Amino acid sequence: MRRRTFLITGLLVALLLAGVVSGFASGSPDGLDHAAREGCTFNADDEITGGTCMAQQEQDHQLAGSPLADYGIKGIDNELLSTGLSGVVGVLLTFAVGGGLFWLLRRREPGRKA
Amino acid sequence: MHIANGIINGPVSAIFIVVAAAGLALCVWRAKVDLDDRLAPMAGLVAAFIFAVQMLNFQVLPGVSGHLLGGTLAVILVGPWVGALCVATVLIVQALVFADGGLTAIGLNITNMALLGTAAAYLLVAVLLRVLPRTTGGLGATALIASIVGVVVAALGFVVEYALGGTTDLSLAGIAATMAGVHVLIGVGEGLIAATTVVTVAKVRPDLVYALRAFRKTPIGVAA
Repeated sequence: MRRRTFLITGLLVALLLAGVVSGFASGSPDGLDHAAREGCTFNADDEITGGTCMAQQEQDHQLAGSPLADYGIKGIDNELLSTGLSGVVGVLLTFAVGGGLFWLLRRREPGRKA
Repeated sequence: MHIANGIINGPVSAIFIVVAAAGLALCVWRAKVDLDDRLAPMAGLVAAFIFAVQMLNFQVLPGVSGHLLGGTLAVILVGPWVGALCVATVLIVQALVFADGGLTAIGLNITNMALLGTAAAYLLVAVLLRVLPRTTGGLGATALIASIVGVVVAALGFVVEYALGGTTDLSLAGIAATMAGVHVLIGVGEGLIAATTVVTVAKVRPDLVYALRAFRKTPIGVAA
């Protein structure tokens, strides 16, 4: 497989995972959130009703109101679509930021024009 | 495993922003040696791939999920220095754009997932690729074992930070036990994903796998 084909295939796989498969990911708290909730009791709306746990001290994210907060797109109500599109944006953004950064940092080969 | 704002106090969060910045500066300095016209786009792809897979939370226990951190995958494919920068790039994009992982906690999160987890994973990869059979099975087993250890080390990074600046009065032993136990399971999940990914790349383009170039001068047995 040519290197360019490899890169494009890899990016398409990432887009498929973030854009489609992400809609079927588990919604349960992750390992750290689970540890943070240990010691507290919760009601049906997932509000803390008693006990002592790390989650009580949790503060809102500074950018909680941003258009892509919590892997959704503000204004799109369909959850699968909202999550999927935010994932596509995230993959392309990460590729652009990461790829751009690494391209700038790379060693220029002498005698070869960039 | 993204720490939210408020769980670790301000001074300790600030110290870890300095720790993370120093660690990333070292990585940038060393990464320049590895990065060339071939590795740079590959590294961008690794970062984008880790972002995608981090969205895929998998169930590890009833009511508990986990997601890949990506350190092992990154160090095997693009090396330790560039690999740490890939994970850090993902964490920064997540914190700034997706409100995942507090801005105050960014130093804590980078230290745990981009620096500690990847460093532990890389040390294991360096040893295991030399001692395990030089086959795709050996590469897969390396990815699996390094993932489990890398994820648990990242989780223990949180426990240390909590010991230094936790804002609640809870038993440290209890937190350490919960974090370590759950993250062994998450590490197994990460390991299966990482092993599948690196073995696939090794079958298609073994020359693009940094760890095989570094530790297996003659990549025999890699071909399927």
